[in-house]
Order: sequence, then structure tokens, then C-alpha cells
Amino acid sequence: MLDVEGLRMSYGTNEVLRDVNLQVRQGEVLCLLGPNGAGKTTALEILEGFRTRSAGRVEVLGADPAHGDERWRARVGVVLQSWRDHGNWRVRELLAQLGAYYTCYSTEEIERPWDIGELIAAVGLTAQAEHRVRTLSGGQRRRLDVAVGIVGRPELLFLDEPTAGLDPVARREFHDLVDQLAGEQHTTILLTTHDLHEAQKLADRIVILTGGRIVADGTARELAQRIAGEDEVRWSQGGERFVKSTPESTRFVHELFQRHGEAIADLEVRRASLEDTYLSLVRTTAAEPAEAAR
Amino acid sequence: MSPLGTALRAGWSRGLIELRQSFTNGGDLFNHFFWPVLMLIVTFLMRDVSFGSSGFELGTLMLPSVLGMNAAMAMIAMSHLLTAEREDGTLLRAKATPHGMAGYLVGKIVSVSGGLIADLAIFLIPGLLIVPGLTIGSAEAWLTLAWVLALGLVATLPIGAVLGSVFTNARAQGLLLLPVLGVIAISGVFYPITSLPEWTQWIAQLFPVYWLGLGMRSALLPDSAVAVEIGESWRQAEMIGVLGVWTVLGLVLAPIVLRRMARRESGSRVAERRERALQRIG
Repeated sequence: MLDVEGLRMSYGTNEVLRDVNLQVRQGEVLCLLGPNGAGKTTALEILEGFRTRSAGRVEVLGADPAHGDERWRARVGVVLQSWRDHGNWRVRELLAQLGAYYTCYSTEEIERPWDIGELIAAVGLTAQAEHRVRTLSGGQRRRLDVAVGIVGRPELLFLDEPTAGLDPVARREFHDLVDQLAGEQHTTILLTTHDLHEAQKLADRIVILTGGRIVADGTARELAQRIAGEDEVRWSQGGERFVKSTPESTRFVHELFQRHGEAIADLEVRRASLEDTYLSLVRTTAAEPAEAAR
Repeated sequence: MSPLGTALRAGWSRGLIELRQSFTNGGDLFNHFFWPVLMLIVTFLMRDVSFGSSGFELGTLMLPSVLGMNAAMAMIAMSHLLTAEREDGTLLRAKATPHGMAGYLVGKIVSVSGGLIADLAIFLIPGLLIVPGLTIGSAEAWLTLAWVLALGLVATLPIGAVLGSVFTNARAQGLLLLPVLGVIAISGVFYPITSLPEWTQWIAQLFPVYWLGLGMRSALLPDSAVAVEIGESWRQAEMIGVLGVWTVLGLVLAPIVLRRMARRESGSRVAERRERALQRIG
């Protein structure tokens, strides 16, 4: 689906991406997580074919995005953050207009474009179908952005910081929409975020990008274990409190009870969290100024 | 139908939708009527003012010239829209769609030309009632008007697209208006060009405004009005020559410049411009 090897990008002497390697399998939801300025957007724009890389091999849906033709473009969806474009257009009108470009790209498996009525229902804008775009709320607008991105039923969908600036309700609605796309439509999705909980919630696999390098790659649980690695066990015994860090908390607690039985109270096990992993990774990178990208 | 054909047809309907929208919202409606109405008032005031010994009223000479000027202004409309829609991300959406840029451009050509024809009608129809002495009875006059208008659009729209791609934001685009107003002032729209100094006449003859004005006068004025023109001739061959040069220039440059501009568009560029624009407001 997507294969990146030795990707580099620099502007003058400023290296934004250094030796990025990345594979995405069909149907996977992959989250590119990293602090601001880590190179997430640059990486995504190279994959979208909107930016020319400095070096490395990039293959998206079997083609180099820098030379992707219109047929390739029809299989890729890009969710762009709208601002004030198409403000006078009605929701249905705009989706019908943009969908029309995909009519010749239907295949035996995929009918393009998406039926406009169904699409509007899928993103929850049925009540706003005849409203003008500029009258939509922030959350409705972002859902319209997704609708525009998927109107051609893409096999691969890119989303850059899709929930930036959304309130918690709109954010939740947006997460449900992404889940639904991945679950029901089997769309392969690549999204960027700097929000840890969002990455944890949406992604099958998380790739942490910081300082222009990929420093970790795996499921949320794998990452938490692999890097921070230690769960935290707290308990009290005879009025005294204890804390112990251990990679195998279940076995440790079992042994604890075997040894002390009912003398153990206030037991608490805190699993290694992705947050710990993430912070330790980002800190490590920041501590090496020569390595960290500016 | 081929993918490109589909995109061109989608572009056509895009243009019609935008044209309809421009007649159904307040701001755009104001734009459609403001200039034609202003020009009608000026024409009305000039209807009885005679120009020298030519036997023609200034209003009569002015009406076709204003038509020509408006036709040339399609260039500015095109340029302005392209800059604004690049800034707000419309163009990036087109780029993310298969053959979207082709459809987008067709849409712009349809909506700008359609808007222009509507604006010309808004001015011309009441104008005919105010101003006497136009040759509106002959089919030849309308035929000439039509081909001059068509030639004008072909000459100015591609150049407009080039200008729109060169300017990076709507404010820089505003600067374009000053030289344009200068060119209009010396192009014999509001006063016959032969009464202006000769060196300004030469400058004016480099630009489409003068030639489109001349073309429109040749269509709508009786033959005797040719006396107030340079060389006492309608100079249609020269007009086709100069506008032809603009056309070739536009058609050669536009694809190169547009492609270069489109290649550079990306989400982060639009976001940057949004940041800058919001800072300006806030």
C-alpha cells in the first residue's frame, strides 16, 4: 500500500526528515505522532504528492507520488482543512461537483464516486445538506472536509491534524467517523496528530516521529512496553506504603500475595502508559541538540 | 467519456453554479450592478455634451468605449479570483481531485465570461435608451460586437490567469489596480484618444483596453464617427494584430505559470496563508 525507504527532506541546510522508513498495510489505520515541528506535515505532503522530496524511495499505491498521474490521484483521498473556500456552495452541490471528477475511475470492486446522499448521511450532515458551507459550525465543516476527501472512495486516505481546533464533542464525533471509515469501508488511513490520546484511540499502529526521525513504531501497547517497559505497583502493608516498578506486574503481585497474603492493602497497578513512552522519547531527542531538528 | 472530458464537463457546471451564486448573494450582486449603474449615470450626464465639431455627443462615444473597457476588465476579475482562491484553498482542492485543475479553469472561464456578458447587458440595455445615434438596428453591428467581445476574452483571460498566479496574496493583487486605472485613463474611454498627447496615445495602444474600446465603437457607432479616431480609421486589422499578440502571449505563458503555481500548492502553504490573514484581522 505504502512503502517509504530512506526518505530525506531538507530546505537548504535545514534537514526536516532524515532517513524515514515506513510501511503501511492495506486496511491499517496508522498514526504519525510527534511534537510540533517534527516533520509530520512535510512527510504527509510528500506522500500526498504535494511536495518533492530531497532523497529516498517512496511508493504509494504502487507509484511514486511525485509522478502520480490522474488515475493514481483518483485512488488517493486527502482531507484538507477548509477555511473559507466554497463558502457560497451548498453542501450537496459541492460534493456532487467534486464527486463528478471520479465517475470514470470506477473499478469492479469500487464504485466511484460515493453516492452523494449516502455520503452526506455517513458524515452526519443530512440536516445541513442544503446549507451553505460558510454557515456550518467548525465540527460540521471538518466533517464536510472528510466527505470531500472520501467522495471518490479512496483506497488510501490522508488526514493532517484533523481535530486541531475542535471542541471535545466535535472531536468525539470525528473519531467515530474515522472508526467507521476504517471499520466499514476498509479504507487505509494515515493521519498525523500531536495528541497522544487521539493516536491511542484511533490507530492500529503508531509511529512516533521526532526531530525528523522515526523513533518508535508499533501498537500503543507494544510501544508502552518496549520503551518505558515498567509498570508501577503500589501497595500498603502494616500502615507503610510501598512503590515498585516492574516489567512483569502480574507475576509480581501474585508473588506479593503469596508472601504476605491478607496483609497487603490498597493495591494499585499502573500500566506503563503510552504517555510515559512518548514523553521519554521526545525528551531523549530534545536532549541531543545535534540530532534534533530545528 | 474520457476522464478529461468528464472533468471539463464538471468544470462547465462548476462555472454555471458559480455564476448563479454570484446573482443570488448580496455582495456579488452589488458588484454586478455598482459599476454598470455608475457608468450609466456618467453616460446620462454626458448625453447632451457634444464633442467639438464632430457632431457626436460624448455620451454616444462613451457607451461603446465603456463596453470595451469592461471586456478588458475580465482580465482583472480572472486574476483577482485566482489569487483569492489560491489563498483560501479552493485551488488545492482542485489539485487533490483527478483533472481537477482543468475543471477548475474551465469553471473560471465560464463564470468570468458569463458574469461579464451579464454586466455588459446590465449596462448596455438601459444605455441604449439614454444615448441616441447608435447603429443598433443592423445585424452587422451585433455581429461585430460579438466577435470583438470573443477576441477580447481570448486575449485577456489567459493573461489574467498569469497575473493571478504571479501575485501571492490578495493585497499584492490590489496594487495591480493602480497601473490598470492609469491605462484606462489614457485609453480614450471617457474622452476620445485623439485629444490626448501623442505619447500617451502610444502607450495606450499597447494595451487591450484601447483596442477593445475601438472595436466596440466600430460596431456601434455610425461610420462618420471614425473621424475622431487615430488615422480616421477603425483599424480592425491592427486591432486583431495587437489582441492576437496578447492572446498568443497569454496562451503560451498561462500553462507554464499555472503549472508552476499548482505544483507549489500544499496544505501547509494554505495554512500559512490562513495564519497570516488571521493575524491581519486580529
